[in-house]
Amino acid sequence: MSGPLLELDGISLSFKGVKAITDVSFKVGEGELFAIIGPNGAGKTSIFNSISQVYRPQEGDIRWKGKSIMGQRPDHIAGMGIARTFQNIELFPHMTVLENLLLGRHIRMKTSWLAGALWLGPAKREEMTNRRAVEDIIDFLEIERWRKHPVALLPYGFQKRVELGRALAMEPELLLLDEPVAGMNLEETEDMARFILDIRQELGISILLVEHDMGLVMDVADRVLVLDFGQKISEGEPAEVQRDPAVIAAYLGDEAGLAAADS
Amino acid sequence: MRGRPGLYTSYEAEAALLPTRTRKVALGLLILVLVLMPFSLPVIDQIPFVRFLGDAPWLRVVNRALIFCIAALGLNLLAGLAGQVSLGHAFFMGVGAYTAVLMGGVSTPHLWGWGLPMWLWLPASGVVAAGVGILVAPAAVRVRGLYLAITTIGLVFIGLHLSRVFEEIAGPGALGRKWPKLQLRLWKEEEPFLDFSGNGHWFWFDVNRTQKTYYFLLALLVLFALAAANLARSRTGRSWAAIRDRDVAAEIMGVAEFRAKTTAFAISSFYAGVAGALLASMVGQMNPEAWNLLLSVEFVAILLIGGMGRVSGAIMGTFFVVLSPRFVEQFIGWTADQAEGDGLFSGFWDLLVVVGSGDFGLISVTQQALGFPLPASALDEIIYGVLIIVFLLFEPLGLFGIWVKVRNYWKGWPFSY
Repeated sequence: MSGPLLELDGISLSFKGVKAITDVSFKVGEGELFAIIGPNGAGKTSIFNSISQVYRPQEGDIRWKGKSIMGQRPDHIAGMGIARTFQNIELFPHMTVLENLLLGRHIRMKTSWLAGALWLGPAKREEMTNRRAVEDIIDFLEIERWRKHPVALLPYGFQKRVELGRALAMEPELLLLDEPVAGMNLEETEDMARFILDIRQELGISILLVEHDMGLVMDVADRVLVLDFGQKISEGEPAEVQRDPAVIAAYLGDEAGLAAADS
Repeated sequence: MRGRPGLYTSYEAEAALLPTRTRKVALGLLILVLVLMPFSLPVIDQIPFVRFLGDAPWLRVVNRALIFCIAALGLNLLAGLAGQVSLGHAFFMGVGAYTAVLMGGVSTPHLWGWGLPMWLWLPASGVVAAGVGILVAPAAVRVRGLYLAITTIGLVFIGLHLSRVFEEIAGPGALGRKWPKLQLRLWKEEEPFLDFSGNGHWFWFDVNRTQKTYYFLLALLVLFALAAANLARSRTGRSWAAIRDRDVAAEIMGVAEFRAKTTAFAISSFYAGVAGALLASMVGQMNPEAWNLLLSVEFVAILLIGGMGRVSGAIMGTFFVVLSPRFVEQFIGWTADQAEGDGLFSGFWDLLVVVGSGDFGLISVTQQALGFPLPASALDEIIYGVLIIVFLLFEPLGLFGIWVKVRNYWKGWPFSY
């Protein structure tokens, strides 16, 4: 396919005068792993919420495969092939791991309420086919033993994994990952990094990643966008961005940035 | 798999409503007992409760409970599964009842009625209630929690007002009007080919009207319960549960929230409408004031006591709420007998009822506190209220939760875990 998968064009979002995002543009190409980094409150999650259309940016345009998705309902965005995870886990706590993952299959299923109530052939068959698809994901993420547990009872790291699984169950073309390794130890982070790379290589899903863990971002990302106070201050390959004085200033303070520029 | 109840060899077997042989046998036995209950068979009568529940006065109460079960299953889909606690359930029951009487009732100069047969008015009462549910839904799905409860309370009062205005449908004033009988006939004036409202014979057995109604309602309840359980395990039920747990996340995962909530309202109202029509037809004559807020609250109480979100919870809760006031009544009568005969349990009577200075009976204590005697019938309401509080505090999963605990205890017996 020619052209970028997702394109943000001059997006600005404000809440009654508080500017969350100011004139941010970037493109995510097919098969790319694009990361957004920035200090706390830089507007990273707001960008995700704008793509999901939970927030409606006042200015700019968001295009999916060249078509504007501004003003669409969140569930339509999901239907187009954009799946996401959340910074603070947003699983359905009273449902089991299986049910959470099957809910991810919602957009891939067709059974109406009437067919579901009767539970005749087609409804039952669809349920079983999707169950098989979900089992593949359970296998992929190595969460077999938690299958029937209500997710609220799972350890934090596994909840993060289930959330990733729920997004994968949607069979997306683009996966938005909001801090997938936040609060994880080194071992869990490495597991997650492995999953992220596998998702891109084996399943061919493009990924837009928001993360604070610089090590992870620098290791896995193709390109990086740096935000500070809702504005884009740098964009490029991980190594370039790391050397950018504006980025160093944002993270370590102005003087450090100036010193970096001098050297 | 023989001898390995926890081991499933196919996804179909795992998703089954009765996944183990024990459960299949248990449910089969339960249905057998329920079917034989109205007859005094020597074996069946040995089971506690069955002996007197099968008798005519109690069987009428059981019939009422069966109808309430259908309505409770409907509210369970909406409140337990989709998380939308509605206090408008009585309104939708009323809509169903008046649809039934308008379509199936007898026409007089002052009353409207088209005299249509039951196979038309019974489904129609559900469909019309569902339609009204869809009309109301746009307002109701925009509010959550307490605001939704208050909004739906409004429905009950609108319904009461409408029933006073449209006397041609609801009947004059407090009298109400007569409902069509529970009998199946081909068309308006023809002889019924299946009559659930009169005494008669089925095959070689004498069956009275209460027993016939019982079988009819039991069959309907099985159908409605099956549909509710299927909904809960299919795509629609999962989307409801997702909205209940986290509505914004559900939307982002692709659940059309507005549509899903509207469907929940419609299906729940369908259940309520059919139950309302059945209730009014069984009772025969209903006062419009019957479809009031208390009735709505009763269904919320049923779900709280039975356990939210479970088919078996809704059914257990209904039987508990409908039957327990009668049990308390019986108990008070029994203690009175005991006191008169100076029986072994005569102390209960003193404890509960005896009025007089210097004694500590519940009723006399409340009389001293309130200044007027508390009627003995108030006791069952007190007990009912106390039970709701107890369940909210100690067993949020209700009777269903207790059942699960008992089941798990015996699973591991004699080990504690």
